[in-house]
Amino acid sequence: MTAARHPGYPLPVDENANQTPPEDRPRARHDLGGVSRFMCEPVDTAPHALTAFDRQVDALRQILGMKGIMSVDELRRGVEALTEAEYFGLSYYQRWMRAISATLLRKSVITEAELRNTLSEMP
Amino acid sequence: MQDADERLLRAVMALLTAKGITSAEEIAERVRVTDAASPGQGARMVARAWRDPGYRALMLQDGTRAAEALGIPMRGAPPLGVLENTPEVHHLVVCTLCSCYPRAVLGYPPFWFKSAAYRARAVRDPRGLLAEFGTHLPESVRVRVVDSTADYRWMVLPLRPAGTDEWDEERLAAIVREGDMIGVTQVAP
Amino acid sequence: MLAAGARVRVRDDWPETRGPCHVRTPHYLRGRTGVVVRHLGDFPNPEDLAFARPAERRPLYHVRFEQEPIWREGHAGDEVQVEIFGHWLEEA
Repeated sequence: MTAARHPGYPLPVDENANQTPPEDRPRARHDLGGVSRFMCEPVDTAPHALTAFDRQVDALRQILGMKGIMSVDELRRGVEALTEAEYFGLSYYQRWMRAISATLLRKSVITEAELRNTLSEMP
Repeated sequence: MQDADERLLRAVMALLTAKGITSAEEIAERVRVTDAASPGQGARMVARAWRDPGYRALMLQDGTRAAEALGIPMRGAPPLGVLENTPEVHHLVVCTLCSCYPRAVLGYPPFWFKSAAYRARAVRDPRGLLAEFGTHLPESVRVRVVDSTADYRWMVLPLRPAGTDEWDEERLAAIVREGDMIGVTQVAP
Repeated sequence: MLAAGARVRVRDDWPETRGPCHVRTPHYLRGRTGVVVRHLGDFPNPEDLAFARPAERRPLYHVRFEQEPIWREGHAGDEVQVEIFGHWLEEA
């Protein structure tokens, strides 16, 4: 390597030159840095407006965090626990909504029966 | 396809309201407050830093206090870190694990920032990724990708373009875009 | 406490293989050597917060790595800089 080193921080050459490449490590599904499957995928750089649903889910998450009911860490864990189909098939805020409801159920903030009844009573 | 999740949202909101945990009004107000944040806030910080070395130093040392100094609400927001681009180093911000973004000063993250393609490619092919945004850096410039994995949120203090020495703060702020403060583009006069 | 300039190695540990967890150390850095840029402060451990467990404050560092050795490709000299908790780091 011939690159000049930053004057303040001479970086060490990676010692473990024969290390297993990142591809072959048992990474979690959401841990996407450098994942080969996406390296040739173009980035959709166009702006996409948020829907009312998106904004409300975002607001709900913030309020639950502010009130100490569900932390952002719990949200992330909930999103990470989604299935492969959900993680790559749902929109960003759909994933949040699934994670929020699963977390609220697990913590007994709401119950399965309550949710079922409420859904069935809705038009 | 989103219908089921919209019903789920309404059901959860109805239950939380019945339990006194939140209300439709509270959600609506939070939407309003969140919508008020925009890249224009970060742009004001950048413009001030370009013209005022003392403010620039503050911004690099304590981004949160620098934002507050311009009246940007930061209470309860995660600590803000600022990464200064130089002629030698170009910073690019990503969150490979989810979508951590300096929302308090830039507003909602753009769609592309949250995409699998961006999250995967930024740390392994940043120059190819930058090319998708029309950004081509010279070989002599080092790219430093900052992966937001923990409590900080990161924004870039981009290079001030040539030919803007006489511009006032307002004029400078008007040319600083969201992408410039994430590092996918460079400010163009 | 790690000082700025300290050479560190990210532990080559994989809690993902032992059950449900929430880890904020990216897979591509495990086992890699870098340099501490600075101590960012002490923050509650997200690995515990994610499970609503009491979370100890732990030191958080900004650590800089060269990209090219990680991927065996890329532009020599390009870097990645990442927030990593002290309990994931060993002196190298």
